[in-house]
Amino acid sequence: MTAAVSQHDPKASAATAGNREQDTAAPLMEIRHLHKRFSLSGDFLEQLKFKSGKLIREQEYVHAINGIDLDIRRGEALCVVGESGCGKSTVARTVMGLLAPSQGEIRYEGQRIDNLSTKELLPYRRRMQMIFQNPYASLNPRMTIQQTLEEPIRLHHPDWSKERVRDQVRDVMDSVGIDSDWGPRFGHEFSGGQRQRIAIARALAVDPEFIVADEPISALDVSIQAQVLNLMMEAQQQRNLTYLFITHDLAVVEHFGTRVAVMYLGMVCELAPTGTLFAKPRHPYTQALLSAIPRLEDDRPQHIRLQGEVPTPVNLPSGCVFHGRCPHANERCRKEVPTLIDVEDGARVACHGVEEGRL
Amino acid sequence: MALLEVNNLDVRFALRGGDVRALRDVCFTLDRGERLGIVGESGAGKSVAAFSLLNLIAKPGYIAGGSIIFDGKELSGMKDRGLRRVRGNRISMIFQDPMMTLNPVLSIGEQMVESLKAHRRISTREARAIALHKLNQVQIPSPETRLDQYPHELSGGMRQRVIIAIALLLDPDIIIADEPTTALDVTIQAEIMDLLLELCDKHNVGLVLITHDLGVVSQVTQRMLVMYAGRVIEQGPTREIINGPQHPYTQGLINALPQMATPGSRLNQIPGSMPSLSNLPSGCAFHPRCGFVNDANGAPRKACLDKVPGFVDSGNCRVACHMVAELVNQQQRDSREEVL
Repeated sequence: MTAAVSQHDPKASAATAGNREQDTAAPLMEIRHLHKRFSLSGDFLEQLKFKSGKLIREQEYVHAINGIDLDIRRGEALCVVGESGCGKSTVARTVMGLLAPSQGEIRYEGQRIDNLSTKELLPYRRRMQMIFQNPYASLNPRMTIQQTLEEPIRLHHPDWSKERVRDQVRDVMDSVGIDSDWGPRFGHEFSGGQRQRIAIARALAVDPEFIVADEPISALDVSIQAQVLNLMMEAQQQRNLTYLFITHDLAVVEHFGTRVAVMYLGMVCELAPTGTLFAKPRHPYTQALLSAIPRLEDDRPQHIRLQGEVPTPVNLPSGCVFHGRCPHANERCRKEVPTLIDVEDGARVACHGVEEGRL
Repeated sequence: MALLEVNNLDVRFALRGGDVRALRDVCFTLDRGERLGIVGESGAGKSVAAFSLLNLIAKPGYIAGGSIIFDGKELSGMKDRGLRRVRGNRISMIFQDPMMTLNPVLSIGEQMVESLKAHRRISTREARAIALHKLNQVQIPSPETRLDQYPHELSGGMRQRVIIAIALLLDPDIIIADEPTTALDVTIQAEIMDLLLELCDKHNVGLVLITHDLGVVSQVTQRMLVMYAGRVIEQGPTREIINGPQHPYTQGLINALPQMATPGSRLNQIPGSMPSLSNLPSGCAFHPRCGFVNDANGAPRKACLDKVPGFVDSGNCRVACHMVAELVNQQQRDSREEVL
């Protein structure tokens, strides 16, 4: 046990960070068999029910993530797409340690981080940062920009002098295109795009290597989206960042992502390099999703209509979670849960139809 | 004559610091059965334009000038009593958030019957029959049970279908849809848009579609307006604007889309952000962000800084831009010289 703890020593992890260039083959982040359930039943007393003469305890869960395996490679932008309720934000929050997984492991550079105490997690928190969707909510309205940006630096580098902290804040403000004289201003004095720049600056302030961005541009206007995406791509090149990018906007994914994981009802149904996924989607859900993007082209392509709606994650369907809406489902799909299998061009698909060669 | 004709619409909000002009010089027409898109970023005034058509702007907003002529009648100065005959009946609206639009304490059926009885003298039984018919039209499964359900029992996509059914309830001539699919997922959005299109075509209903999504506009509408800082800056046939935008802002907006760039490369961003309506730049409101503000000599065009650009006809489109005006004048001069 003591050995395990010492592995999480900040100095030890700094040493691993030094060897970073050599072991590019090993993934930066590994997610293994991740499950996350949220209880709907309240506390113990509320769970007790009186049924046919017996007192029984009933618990109901929202199954937000149901067994996900993902590797995030150093230097890539892994995009997670899916419709609302598919669990993509839960993945982001669980990876960051904001939620504890119900089952499964999360490893950062080979070290398990999901079972660490807050104190043990601190050195990892410096290396992984998060950008949230709504810059109106993610900035503290009572703090000036200077305070907002200084806070993470002070927390992670308590030994730094005031001047050094201030210099770091100025550098990071310059790098995101916010005038460093605006430090004394408050969040509400800025437009949405500027606020998101500040939120990005806060994430970059502690020189992280891994950034989880949960719908960072969804709340912004089209012309501002381009500015923020450019900024994120610049930062990636300059700082050698790795992104886990959560979004529902497939056009953004096509532009920004190295690889794409398509999620449906808490499962990854297709994982592929971006080019492959858009050129040749294999999973029936991915095909439907791609065909639904409104494009600028002249002809309105016939999109694939799905039957019904996304089932509730409280009572998961048996077998493949997509079988109820899939036009190609058969008996096996209704019974057996498909796993991700390798197909050509580096893509992985969880579909019995693809596996059997029907699709 | 067009079914709806809007001329020089001017909407202001009376605020403590003086009037803020939310809309100025907005002109457009809509024919029966035509589909018009209004595009712009937040704060451009597209929703105010839609709301002012039915005089739904809340105080301190007011219509300061211009005319809205619907089917030969002037709507802008009309009293509420007259407007009530138009609202929901001849022109109906679909709003962005279906949960906010539906009354949570009334069942779907009650809400539908209510609006039918407000406009027509019919029995509840007849009204329910019409409601059922409309729910069938929007392809809601088992509509009989839905009539007695409450909004919270339906999913987002189903709620928006109910809203469309309510909008069609009184067989209107025009539907104004304000970001009808923004709150929905892409696959549901595609279905709802298909449905709306199909129904508008079938019943020859005009559609005013307000959205920030250029993809949706390009697939659904026949003509479009692009708005910026309370003004229409470009209007014309949708295909022509999407394929050959003339105003620098429209160009910037379309070129900023990720699908216009090669994957992984830098996106063509428009610098800066939309000015606040209470503090508009002089001259053309877009000039501080415009890449074409300089003329051939490299100096900023004086007109761009000083004068609000008027509309020029360029091809089938109307564009409010000094640069485009110069180009059009040049072309006209050239063609005249050729003739001579």
